[in-house]
Amino acid sequence: MSDKYMPHTNEEIQEMLEKIGVESINDLYKDVPEEVIFTEEYDIPSSMSEIELRRHFEELGKKNKTLTVFSGGGVYDHYSPSVVSHLLQRSEFYTAYTPYQPEISQGTLQYIFEYQSMISELTGLEATNASMYDGATSAAEVIFMMVASSKKRNRVLISSTIHQRVVDVIKTYAKFHGIELTIIPEKNGVTDLEAIDEELQKDDVAGVLVPTPNKYGIIEDYSGLADKIHSKKGYFGIYADPSTLAVLRTPAEWNADVACGDGQSLGMPLNFGGPYLGFISCSKTMIRKMPGRVVGATKDADGKRAYVLTLQAREQHIRREKATSNICSNQSLMALYATVYLSLLGKKGLEEVNTMCCDGAHYLYNLLLASGKFKAVFDKPFLKEFLVETSLDMEKVNQRLLDNGIQGGLKVGENKVLFAVTEKRTKEEIETLVNLMLEEEK
Amino acid sequence: MSKILEDLRYADSHEWVKLEGDIATIGITDYAQHALGSIVYVDMPEVGDEVTQGEDFGAVESVKAASDLISPVSGEVVEINEALEDEPELVNQDAFENWIMKVKVSDPSEIDNLLDAAAYAKICEE
Amino acid sequence: MKTYDKLIFELSKPGRKGYSLPENEYKTDGLSSIPKDLLRKEVADLPEVSELDVVRHFTNLSSKNFGVDTGFYPLGSCTMKYNPKINEELSALPSFTNLHPLQSEKTVQGALELYWNLQEMLSNIAGLAEFTLNPYAGAHGELTGLMVMRQYHISRGDEKRKKVIVPNSAHGTNPASAMVAGLEVVEVKSKPNGSIDVEDLKPLLDDSVAGIMMTNPNTLGMFETEIMEIANLVHNAGGLLYYDGANLNPLLGKVRPGDMGFDIMHINLHKTFSTPHGGGGPGSGPVGVAKHLVDFLPNPRVVKNEDGSFSIKSEDQSLGNISSFLGNFGVMMKAYAYILSLGKENIKNVGPLATLNANYIKESLKDDYLLPIEGVCKHEFVFDGLKDKSTGVTTLNVAKRLLDYGFHAPTIYFPLLFHESMMIEPTETESKETLDEFIDVMHTVAKEARENPEVVKSAPLTTIVRKLDETSAAKNPILSYRSLKANAK
Repeated sequence: MSDKYMPHTNEEIQEMLEKIGVESINDLYKDVPEEVIFTEEYDIPSSMSEIELRRHFEELGKKNKTLTVFSGGGVYDHYSPSVVSHLLQRSEFYTAYTPYQPEISQGTLQYIFEYQSMISELTGLEATNASMYDGATSAAEVIFMMVASSKKRNRVLISSTIHQRVVDVIKTYAKFHGIELTIIPEKNGVTDLEAIDEELQKDDVAGVLVPTPNKYGIIEDYSGLADKIHSKKGYFGIYADPSTLAVLRTPAEWNADVACGDGQSLGMPLNFGGPYLGFISCSKTMIRKMPGRVVGATKDADGKRAYVLTLQAREQHIRREKATSNICSNQSLMALYATVYLSLLGKKGLEEVNTMCCDGAHYLYNLLLASGKFKAVFDKPFLKEFLVETSLDMEKVNQRLLDNGIQGGLKVGENKVLFAVTEKRTKEEIETLVNLMLEEEK
Repeated sequence: MSKILEDLRYADSHEWVKLEGDIATIGITDYAQHALGSIVYVDMPEVGDEVTQGEDFGAVESVKAASDLISPVSGEVVEINEALEDEPELVNQDAFENWIMKVKVSDPSEIDNLLDAAAYAKICEE
Repeated sequence: MKTYDKLIFELSKPGRKGYSLPENEYKTDGLSSIPKDLLRKEVADLPEVSELDVVRHFTNLSSKNFGVDTGFYPLGSCTMKYNPKINEELSALPSFTNLHPLQSEKTVQGALELYWNLQEMLSNIAGLAEFTLNPYAGAHGELTGLMVMRQYHISRGDEKRKKVIVPNSAHGTNPASAMVAGLEVVEVKSKPNGSIDVEDLKPLLDDSVAGIMMTNPNTLGMFETEIMEIANLVHNAGGLLYYDGANLNPLLGKVRPGDMGFDIMHINLHKTFSTPHGGGGPGSGPVGVAKHLVDFLPNPRVVKNEDGSFSIKSEDQSLGNISSFLGNFGVMMKAYAYILSLGKENIKNVGPLATLNANYIKESLKDDYLLPIEGVCKHEFVFDGLKDKSTGVTTLNVAKRLLDYGFHAPTIYFPLLFHESMMIEPTETESKETLDEFIDVMHTVAKEARENPEVVKSAPLTTIVRKLDETSAAKNPILSYRSLKANAK
């Protein structure tokens, strides 16, 4: 029976069976009705050695094409320093379970505490949880938080300028849970604030969720919005790209009560969509409605500083069907990823990253407009992502780019393209991109 | 053995009520605070909220447990015990002294649906 | 070893840096085009530290952790098996990690093939028709599975089916997931051995029942022998059977959930299929369904085209989207590598050997620990604390004392069926020597409890920190460095 992951020798199996008092391993399944015992063999391949396994993965990998990416749409090709992945390989971190035994889990507990501290610095809001699955599910949970905090209200307004994939997930959660969603239309590329105002007048809105930057990369202006929402006893939430919060006005500075979003932009690999992490930060008033795990600082019996999971009484394993959420695991290791990344980049580095993205994006934007083949769709401020309209046949153009190892912008509708530029892109790459797109026209 | 006061009425969900005129003072029983252990947070309603007999109006949290508070009467909340916001542990110190909310009752006869001290004592023994 | 207790913020010195970026050659000054009002005013107080500061800091933190690589981790219901290293390496291949989820389908065929292959393998192992790998975790899988259940009833115009039956011994996530999915939870009683009480179940089965959530073996590690009768009863009442895959490990090679009548299930790849728990995630919770439910699976789906290529599709009948993209792809890669490493020859030994290990510990310790339910268990079992209750030593004390001896504690105070529950799950990757060491230590602790109970009660004595003040942590939550500093003043 021996296999490299199952160390039992035949002699040992015999000794163990004797101790148990049965004759064969099959006797351990005597209580299982015979009709459900699986007697065939699984239809899966034969055991592979490491050499074969590696070859198989490499062959699959060859069917992929890694590209120079100018697409964003909520996932950005930022650079992660070498140290991050090295530290993440420490198996004391990744082979641990949720820190239920704090005496032997101070490593996990402390990095989560540091993670919470850093995300709170970025959002400006007091409390951050230990992380959620992704941005979209964190937004869905924020909708639940708003409804739970408002007690008697069941309607939430969400802006249609939030990434479509996030809106889709919120819709699914709301539909099943029975929360009424009102999607606020966009006007000239940004949330129609008058429409929000109108809805608020009905005095039944639990909360409002808007993005920064939005799905077109636009940095929206929410001046006055918080007061309007608060005067109608609603909660104000912002779906934010946490990387950009090093330079953009924070949820706290907009006077929001809660913020959420996807942590992917904090240097995480593209990973074909996951794992990333979702974050939730909130003001003090909403802490006890915040889902997921939370780590707090405390002292041990000898007065030593230590960290522990806290506010656990709200969680599913205690509250069962009365819990505010069913979330159990977080994306702890990705929270470590973000923590190490933010430690390295620090106060200055994250600002510099944003400056480079912003400069690169504007450089590309200017080149595109100057070409005469692209024009602006909305005249609104942006950071690293922007939408342009084009007279080019984007199907053809994108194919040409692919042939040259470039993933161009994301097609939006018939003739619009959404480009993203990160600090990983060079001036030369941007120029190559533009030249290739215009090639046919030359 | 937990303390049970003779002149109060009780809900089987471990809240006590003291009715004076049409104002009901409501808290949780000594038995309940004991079962919960160190209380770290009391989630209270707001003044002006309507509460309904048999429905929850808040929650009490200890380190490892949380319990909904079920209103033993119907009516409008006229006062909450703000001291509990900063010192929830007062409930552990004296559950009868440290009430949670006062309600202006809409139907005083509802009180007849509640248990007297003897009947409540029996529930606690079970 | 000197104890390290600094926070990264406390290492910060203005002007230090731990990064390097290329020179900014654009000269466009993009930020100046953004109105001041839309920019941040107060700078985020992130640390300023050197690269070596960061490396030492987190390396020191890692030494304060206990993982499967550190030692035996018999945490019941969590299946803490060994996490193979080759899986970590393969999942970090740049030909996968550099793929943007929105890049052209033609350029991600290898990734889609992997997703599709894993989906097929899980379907075969589970005895179900198809899986979605999109759910991010076990609880997320439960939620998705329950949404499938509801979507199925809604599609038949049977909107009133909103009751989901959950055993009172179930994992806490079951009722919580049902609540999130908009279902009402009805508890069914368990018999003393943790099995569902069929007589208690029958009257609950009316036309408002959406389905039942079960795990088999149940949370006491005992096989639900009446499963076929339960399946018939629920199906005849028009309900569906949901299988909580938390306890799938002992069934590998022996029983397929689909063959027991389950219509929907989730699998925790981080339990049964060896992907690391990561200190609480990322996990992965694929959801499988029987044939009649395939159309309701969440979007997007990966499909195989006639020409052998793969596409990403969305279906109208689907319950909707529950994730941004195709789930925790990096985690799937590890589970896929694990299944291929074991292959059909070895994977069938996983369940039997996990079961052998659990029974061996149970039989070796039942002289000192109270075994409430006799008989063969599956991959895990529950003791109701020490046999000798006169010493006052509790399950919590025993758990903490185990830490002093270099073992992780079992799951404690779950299931709720006993006062002193101690749930032990050894997994198949542990050798007899390791089990024997654990058994010896458990006997030693029992002896200490009899002879010197105070030592056990004051445990842990040798860990980096001792018993923590959880009450003040919950009463006055300090959740960030900023609030820690403010509090110190």
